[in-house]
Amino acid sequence: MTGVLAAASGLFTQSFVTALIAGGVLASVPLMFTALGEAISERSGVLNIGLEGMMLVGAYTGFLGAYEAHSMWVGFLTGAVGGVAAAVLMVVLSVRMGLDQIVIGIAITLAGEGITSVLQQAQFGGAYPRLPAYPQVAIPGLESIPVLGKSLFDQPLVVYFGVVLVGAVAFMFGRTRFGLELRAAGEKPEALDAAGVSVLNTRSYATLATGALAGLGGAYLSVIATGTFTPFMTQGQGYMAIVIAMLARGRPAWVAVASFVFGISLSISTALQLTGINISTDVINMLPFAAIMLALVVFARSAYLPPALAVPYVRGAR
Amino acid sequence: MAVATETPAAPPVAPEEAGEPARALPGWTRTLAVTTLRSLVPVVLALLAGAVLLLILGRSPVRFYSDVFRYGIQMNNWQNSAVLMAPLLLMAAALVVVFRANIWNLGYDAQYLLGAVFVVGYGPWMFAHWPTPVADVVLFLIAGTAGAIWTIVPALLRAYFGTNEIITTLMMSFIGIDVANILVKGPFQDPTVTIPQTKTIPYADMLPNIPGTRIHVGFLVAIGVVLVLHYLLTRTSFGLRLKVFGENPKAARHVGIDVRRLIVTSFLWSGFLIGLSAAVDILGLWSYVRANWNPSYGNTVIPFVFLARLNLLAVIPFVAFYAVLSTGGDLATQAVSLPTDFLLVIVALILLFMAVIEFLGRRRALGQSYLTKGLKDALRQPLFRRRKST
Amino acid sequence: MTVTESDAPAVELVGISKSFPGVLANDDVHFSVRRGEVHCLLGENGAGKSTLISILSGMQRPDSGSILVDGAPVRIRSPRDALSIGIGTVYQHSTLIPALTVLENLMLGESRRLLLDKGRARRRMGEIASMLGVEVDPDSRTGDLALGRQQQVEIASALWKGSRVLVLDEPTSMLTPQGVEELEKVLVHLKEQGTAIIFITHKLHEALAVSDRITVLRRGRTVGTISEEEIRSSDDSQIRARIVTLMFGDEAADLSDAAELQTSIEEVEALGARHVPPAAADDAEPVLELRSVTAPGDGLEPGVVDVSLTVRAGQVLGVAGIDGNGQRALAEVIAGQRRARSGTIELFGASVNRLGVSARQKLGLRYVTDDRLGEGIVRNLSVSLNLLLKRIGEPPFWRGGRIDGRRVGSTATALVGEYDIRTPTIATRAGTLSGGNIQKLLLARELSLDPKLVVFNKPTYGLDLRTTENVREIVRRLASAGAGAVLISTDLDELLELAGEIAVLSMGRIVGTVENGPDAAERIGALMIGDTGAPGAVA
Ligand SMILES: Nc1ncnc2c1ncn2[C@@H]1O[C@H](COP(=O)(O)OP(=O)(O)OP(=O)(O)O)[C@@H](O)[C@H]1O
Ligand SMILES: [Mg+2]
Repeated sequence: MTGVLAAASGLFTQSFVTALIAGGVLASVPLMFTALGEAISERSGVLNIGLEGMMLVGAYTGFLGAYEAHSMWVGFLTGAVGGVAAAVLMVVLSVRMGLDQIVIGIAITLAGEGITSVLQQAQFGGAYPRLPAYPQVAIPGLESIPVLGKSLFDQPLVVYFGVVLVGAVAFMFGRTRFGLELRAAGEKPEALDAAGVSVLNTRSYATLATGALAGLGGAYLSVIATGTFTPFMTQGQGYMAIVIAMLARGRPAWVAVASFVFGISLSISTALQLTGINISTDVINMLPFAAIMLALVVFARSAYLPPALAVPYVRGAR
Repeated sequence: MAVATETPAAPPVAPEEAGEPARALPGWTRTLAVTTLRSLVPVVLALLAGAVLLLILGRSPVRFYSDVFRYGIQMNNWQNSAVLMAPLLLMAAALVVVFRANIWNLGYDAQYLLGAVFVVGYGPWMFAHWPTPVADVVLFLIAGTAGAIWTIVPALLRAYFGTNEIITTLMMSFIGIDVANILVKGPFQDPTVTIPQTKTIPYADMLPNIPGTRIHVGFLVAIGVVLVLHYLLTRTSFGLRLKVFGENPKAARHVGIDVRRLIVTSFLWSGFLIGLSAAVDILGLWSYVRANWNPSYGNTVIPFVFLARLNLLAVIPFVAFYAVLSTGGDLATQAVSLPTDFLLVIVALILLFMAVIEFLGRRRALGQSYLTKGLKDALRQPLFRRRKST
Repeated sequence: MTVTESDAPAVELVGISKSFPGVLANDDVHFSVRRGEVHCLLGENGAGKSTLISILSGMQRPDSGSILVDGAPVRIRSPRDALSIGIGTVYQHSTLIPALTVLENLMLGESRRLLLDKGRARRRMGEIASMLGVEVDPDSRTGDLALGRQQQVEIASALWKGSRVLVLDEPTSMLTPQGVEELEKVLVHLKEQGTAIIFITHKLHEALAVSDRITVLRRGRTVGTISEEEIRSSDDSQIRARIVTLMFGDEAADLSDAAELQTSIEEVEALGARHVPPAAADDAEPVLELRSVTAPGDGLEPGVVDVSLTVRAGQVLGVAGIDGNGQRALAEVIAGQRRARSGTIELFGASVNRLGVSARQKLGLRYVTDDRLGEGIVRNLSVSLNLLLKRIGEPPFWRGGRIDGRRVGSTATALVGEYDIRTPTIATRAGTLSGGNIQKLLLARELSLDPKLVVFNKPTYGLDLRTTENVREIVRRLASAGAGAVLISTDLDELLELAGEIAVLSMGRIVGTVENGPDAAERIGALMIGDTGAPGAVA
C-alpha cells in the first residue's frame, strides 16, 4: 500500500507531468495530422486504409527533403508532396476507377513499406544519417505558466500549425461549400451527383488532402520527432489514425482530443523512466488501446460512419 | 434456361472475332479460362514491373528472378515453400470466412501470436507428460481457442451494437500483440537464455514429416481444412447465409437469418483457424517464439485472398506462388543486396494490377466505359472476350 | 429565359437508344416537350421511362441518339450539364440526404462560391415553399421528415434548379391526395410561366388531370403519342382504353376496367358499381391476434403503440394511414423482425412473441416488404437464389446442408414463368431488374409455398396498372383460399377495393376501425386527420 502511494506521489512530480504532457503533444502531432486527413476522406466516403503507407512515404521524402536542403520546411513540403503522390494512386484507382478501397489501401501500405525500405537501403546503404534538432518556439507569457506552460507552449512551430489546422478543417466542414459537398459525397453520393457536383472530383480532392496531411504527419516523425528515417518507423500509427478518425466521428476537435490521449500514452513510458518506476513497456503500450476497447464495451456506441464509406460511386449503376 | 432451338447453328461470329480459339470452348470452360487469365495477368504484370524497378535500382532482374526460382523451387527448395504454405493457407481460409460475410477481421496478428504463444507455453510440458498425438491435438485446440477468444469482444460488439469491427479488431490486435509479448517475457520465458524467448519444443515432438519429404504434416492439415471449408462455403446453406449477410445485412435479417449468431460464428471460426495456423506453424517449423516476433502472415495473404476472389480453391495456387516468392525472395534479395521488403513491393504491385484488371472486366459488365472505344477494344481483345451464353 | 416564338420544342430527344446487359432499355425513342406543356410519359414497369429521363438529366449516357434544346443540339454528359441547361429533375428514388438539413440539401450544388450563404438560401427557399404551399422548417434534419414532406422538398429543390424544363419521375407516389392536388396546381402555374414539364406516373387519373400530351413507352420503344386535341375531344374512358392498349397491347384491353379503379374515389362511387369486399365472418378462426402491442420505431419514426387487432381466416384487414405513421414497425413486429416491447402476438392461437422471423415463417406467416431494394432482395445474387432466399437450408432445395442446384433452377424457372418476372435469365443479378419486376419476384417468393397469413406492406407502390391489378388479384385469391392478410397501404382506393375492414393508423396507434361500405372513405379520411368523433368509428 505504502509502496503504491509512494509510486503515486512519484508520478505526480512536476517534472514528470511536464515531460508527460510535452511528450504527449509531440507524439500526438503526427497522429493528429494524419487523423485529420483521414477524417476528411472518410467524410467524403473514402476509407483510406493506405494511411500507413502514405505516412511512410511522407516520412521518407520529408527526411530526404530536409536532409538535402538542410531545411525543416523543405522537409515538410516534400513530405506532403510524397503523401500526395501516394494518394494519387488511391485517387486514380479507388476514386476514379471505383476499385475496392480496402484492397487498394492495403496495397498502398504494402508498397509504401516496401519501397521506402528499399530506397533507404539503396540510398544510404545501411547508414541512418541524422538531421540536426530544430528550434522550438515558445509563446511568450503563456510559456511561463507553471507545469503546463513549458509543456504546452514551447513547441516546434508545426505544432501550432497543427492546432490552427484543426480549426480550419472544422470551419471547412461546417461553413464552406466544399465542406458540404464533402459530407454529401460520403452520405449519399448519387444525391450530390444529381445536384450537379462531381462526386469523383470531390472525393479526389479529399483524398489528396488526406495524402498531404498523412505525408506531413510522416515527415514530422522523421524530421522533428526522430531526426532520421528508419524503415517501418510509423509502427502502426497510420492505423491508429484511422481509429482516431472513426472514434471522433470525423469531427476535428475530437480528432485533436483523441490524438492527444493517444499521444500521452505513447509518451508515457519515456516519462515514466524519468520517475524511475519500471513498468513493462508492453503493459504501457497496451493502455490506450485497452482504454478505447473498454470505452467501446461500456458505452457500446458505434462510431458513426458515413453510409457511403468505402462504396465506390459509379453513376447510374444498379 | 436452356431453350433448345431447332437449328443448332453456331452463334453468329462477328468478323473480327472469327478464328479466336477461345470461342470454340463451351461456356464454363471459357469462363474458367478467362478467370484464370484474369488472375494470372496481374501476377505477370507485377513481376514485369518489379523487373523494371530492379533495373532502375541498378540490379539485374534476370539474376533476381532466377535466384527466386532457384531458392524457392529447385533442389528441394520447393519443400521449404510448401512448409511456408501451411500457415498461409490456414490464414487465408480464416480471412475468407469473414470476408465473405463482409466482416473485416483485421486482428489476425494478435490472434496468430496468441495461438503461437500458448502452443510454446504449454507444449513442452504436455509433450513431456502426454503421448505426442494427444498433445498435438490438444495444442491445436488450445491455439485455435486462443485465436477465437480474441475475436469474441469485437464479434459481440458488432453483433449486438453494430460497432465497427475494423476499429475493434485493430485495437484488439494491438492489445493482443502486447499480451503475447508479456507472456513471452513473463510466464512462458525460458530462464536459461538471456534474450527474452519461450522454451523450445523438443525436435522429436515436432510434427512428423510427410514420408520422403521435409514437409511436415501440417501442410496436409492445411490443405484438408481449405478443401472442407471451400465445400462449406460454396455448397452449403451456411455458405449462402454468409454470403447473403455479406451482400446485404438487412436482407439477411428480413429472410430470417440469425444475424447475430452468424456474425459471432464466422468471427469465432476465423479466429480459430488463425490460431490453428499458428499451431501448425510453431509445431511444424519454429518450435519457439521470441519476444517482438511477428511474421504478419495476414498482411501478405490478404492480396492473394482477393486475387482469388474469396474462392478458397483458387487461393491454393496463389499462396503457393507467394510461398515460392517469399522463400526464394528472402535469399534472392540478399543476393542483390536489397532488403527483403522488396517483396512487399511486388505483392503490392500484384494487388494494384489485380484491381486494374478487375476494373476493366467490371466496366465491361456495366456496359459503360471511361476508356475511349478504340482503346477499350484494344485492351479487351485477348482477355475479356466472353459472350453471354443463352 | 426569353420566350422566343420559334416552334422548336424546349427539349427534344431524338432516336435515343440505350442498352444494359440483357435488355434494350430504350430503343430509338423520340420524345419532345414544348414550353408551357405538360407531357406525360407512361409505360409499364421496365418500359424504360426512368432510363429515358436519366439520359436527359445526365445520369446515363445514351448509346446513340441526340438531344436538342430549343432546336439546337446539346451534349449532356453529366447532371451538371443538364442543370446548367435548366433541366431540373425529381428522380424516382429520392436524392435527398437524410443526415443533412433541408436547407443544406437545397444548397447542394447551388453555387460555386467558397462560403455557404445560408441567409440567401433561406430566402429563396421561402419563396419556393410558399409557391408550393409547403411549410418546412429549413433547419430540420431531412431524414426526420415524413416521406411525403420529403417528396415535397425534393420537388422544391428541382424547381430551384430547373427553370426551363422540369422532369418529374413518379413524384406523387408518397404524396397524400391533398399533396397531389397542390402539386397539380403548381404544375398549372409553372405551365403558365412557360416551363416545359415531363411527368411520369402510373396513375392514369393523374396523367389525365394534368397532361397536355401523353406518350406511351413499351419495352423501350415509343408506341404512341396522344395529342392535345385527342385528349380534349374524347372522353376519359376512351382515352384510358387507348392508353392501356398502347401500354400492354391488345390482349390487355380489358384492363381498362381495372384502370377505372385508378380514378378518384368520387368518380368510382358515382359509378356505383363497386364491389365491396366482405367483412370477415365472426366465427372464422383468428389467424393473427395482436393485443396491446407496443414496439419501438426507427429514429424519429413512431413505432406501434398499444395496438390491438384481429385477422381471421379468409379476411383481408386493411391498414390505412399517411406514410410514416408506424406502418413499417407494425409490419415488422408481426413478421418478427422487430421485438415487441409489450403486449402479445398470437399466430393461429399460440403466442409467437418469442419466435424469430424464420420460426414464424414456418408457421405460415409471410411478409411482403415495402423496402424492396433495401431488404427485399440481394442485388448481387441471381434471380433464382433470390427467389429461394427464405428457404435457405430447407429441403428439397437443400439436402443435408447441400444445395440442389437443379431443383433450385427448375423451381425458379417455374416461378419466373408463373409470376411473369421479366428477366433475361434466372441467373441474372436481381439488382438489375426494374422496380415492378423486383416486386413480382418478392411476391413469387412469399406466396409460392402455402401461406396462411400474409402481411403486405404497400404492395402496389410504384407498380404499373397491370402488375397492380395482378397483385390485387393475388390478394383476393389468397383470401378466398382461406388465408388471412394484413394489407398496409397508403392508397385508399386499394384498401376500399380489397379490405373488408380497415384500421386507421396514426402516430403508431390504431385510431379506429371502419367497416368497408358506402361512406367508408370519408370516415377513414376523418380518422386519418384525427377526427375521432367521426360517425362509425370504432375506437
Ligand atoms: N443501371 C442499370 N443496369 C442494368 N439494367 C438496368 C439499369 N437501369 C435500368 N435497367 C433495365 O432497363 C429496363 C428499363 O428500366 P427503367 O428503370 O427505365 O424502367 P421504368 O420504365 O422506369 O420502370 P418503373 O416503372 O418500374 O420505374 C429494365 O429492364 C431495367 O432492368
Ligand atoms: Mg422508373
